[in-house]
Amino acid sequence: MKYVLYFLLGLLYLLHNDLFLWNDECLIHGIPSGLAYHLAFCVAATLLMTALTYFAWPEGLEVDSEKDSAV
Amino acid sequence: MILAVIIIYFAAVLFIGSISVRLFRNTGEDYFVATRTIGPFVLFMSLFGTHMTAFTILGASGEAYHTGIGVFALMASSSALVVPSIFFFVGPRIWSLGKRFGYLTQIQFFRDRWDSSALGLVLFVVLMAFLLPYLLIGVMGGGTTLNQITGGLIPEWLGGLIVCGVVLIYVTTGGMRGTAWVNTFQTLVFMIFGALAFYIIVKNMGGLTQAMNQVSLEHPELLVREGKIQPLEMLSYTLIPLSAGMFPHLFIHWLTSSKAENFKFTIRLYPISIAFVWFPSVMLGVLGTLNFPDLKGAAANSVLIRMIEMHAPGVLAGLLAAGVVSSVMNSLDSQVLAIGSMFTQDILEHYGWISKKNERQHVLLGRIFVATFVALSYLLSLFTNRSIFRLGIWCFTGFASLFPLIIAALFWKRSNKYGAFASIFSVIALWLFFFLKAGNDQNYTLGGTGIMPVVLMITVSSLVLIVVSLLTPALSEDRIKKFFPQTTKFSASSPVEA
Repeated sequence: MKYVLYFLLGLLYLLHNDLFLWNDECLIHGIPSGLAYHLAFCVAATLLMTALTYFAWPEGLEVDSEKDSAV
Repeated sequence: MILAVIIIYFAAVLFIGSISVRLFRNTGEDYFVATRTIGPFVLFMSLFGTHMTAFTILGASGEAYHTGIGVFALMASSSALVVPSIFFFVGPRIWSLGKRFGYLTQIQFFRDRWDSSALGLVLFVVLMAFLLPYLLIGVMGGGTTLNQITGGLIPEWLGGLIVCGVVLIYVTTGGMRGTAWVNTFQTLVFMIFGALAFYIIVKNMGGLTQAMNQVSLEHPELLVREGKIQPLEMLSYTLIPLSAGMFPHLFIHWLTSSKAENFKFTIRLYPISIAFVWFPSVMLGVLGTLNFPDLKGAAANSVLIRMIEMHAPGVLAGLLAAGVVSSVMNSLDSQVLAIGSMFTQDILEHYGWISKKNERQHVLLGRIFVATFVALSYLLSLFTNRSIFRLGIWCFTGFASLFPLIIAALFWKRSNKYGAFASIFSVIALWLFFFLKAGNDQNYTLGGTGIMPVVLMITVSSLVLIVVSLLTPALSEDRIKKFFPQTTKFSASSPVEA
């Protein structure tokens, strides 16, 4: 699952480059299509980040206070 | 009336800062990282508020005024993916190491990781040099905002002075806890009033569809990227948000968390929150071309404030302006706190000029350095004249180019101080070269291709780090085991430092 999510992260990065909307002037409810696409992109990023925190969270990071030691 | 609202807002900020003082434990760790007690909500609010600056609120709308909606794709949506990814892969790991080994600054981490005192000193100088322009963005943004919203009643120099004064008071008294609490309040203010400003202004313009139809008639070029942004430029821009991984003021906030789990809340909400703040900012910049068609160059940075003044009456204008000032102060406070922390821990304590055990002395000196740097930034801001947005890009380029350092430190056992030194020096050399070469050309890219200097700088700094590390002795096994407890021994062919 972790590697599937990492793959999706790479895929989303590629999808950021929306060359197909580069010169599209059309408005969707007053929002330019190029901007609407990137709003949807932010929603997709939110979903992916949520999935990463559920299914790919690194283990062994928590530290008990008793283990503290100074530099 | 507007002035009265602003004064009340500043009083509220100072009040919140003063409440936090009651919990102050008078130790260096409490002053600089709130004794690592910050919960998920305040962590998110303070990280987000610190990251969103005058660059976002004023610079983005100013840039959208000239460039159009492409600004959102350039900086906002790329940040929505890259920044929470950094928080996911880097943030909790740094927190964990910070908690285990007691780090209060990022230089302490790098110095310890690569076992080099000199590396810490070099990094200190470089980080300070990149941080200073970023500080100026805040001070200049604060001055511009107060000047515009009061109709010139408060001159820019006085506006900057007031913003610096308020930040100075709550940071020096409340330290990190006060800063985090005030950040939370201010982030809520600028998110709520930012959305409100957008709603009211768009409603006054006849609704979003009508206003944007008007833009498509008068300035259709602002609704597309053709002719404004090159595809390669947008691709290169996705590297700029990597700067968040090396910002000292974000690093110091990572250390404040009470547990690693707290990062999850921030990581999940970050992308949508970026859209929530940037969308109104970019749209109002574009819509500003209808009401204020003749703004030239950096004057466009004031378009958002002008729109608020024109469309929102009295008290509301004051509240909306308070939202903009919040975003300015949110970054400024964490930056000066990070600077105070670095001076106290990485210079004075590290070189033995103050005692490690004298906590009160740490707090006092931290406060003195915070005050000194606020004053210095203010004075410099009086003589700086470049566009807020472009000033930010050069600063971000520098931090982003140092990003390979933190990745190597966390994930590559074989990296060493020689590779790190080489990488830092490559960044310094290339940064100076491109900064001087670009001069006043605000749209400088490599050979006019659209590729920004940050691409070459990150590539070179990464390659140099890898090659030099491999050609020089590895760190001692004890040092590697400290940071990679599960590690296996290097192969016999790997040279090992004595």
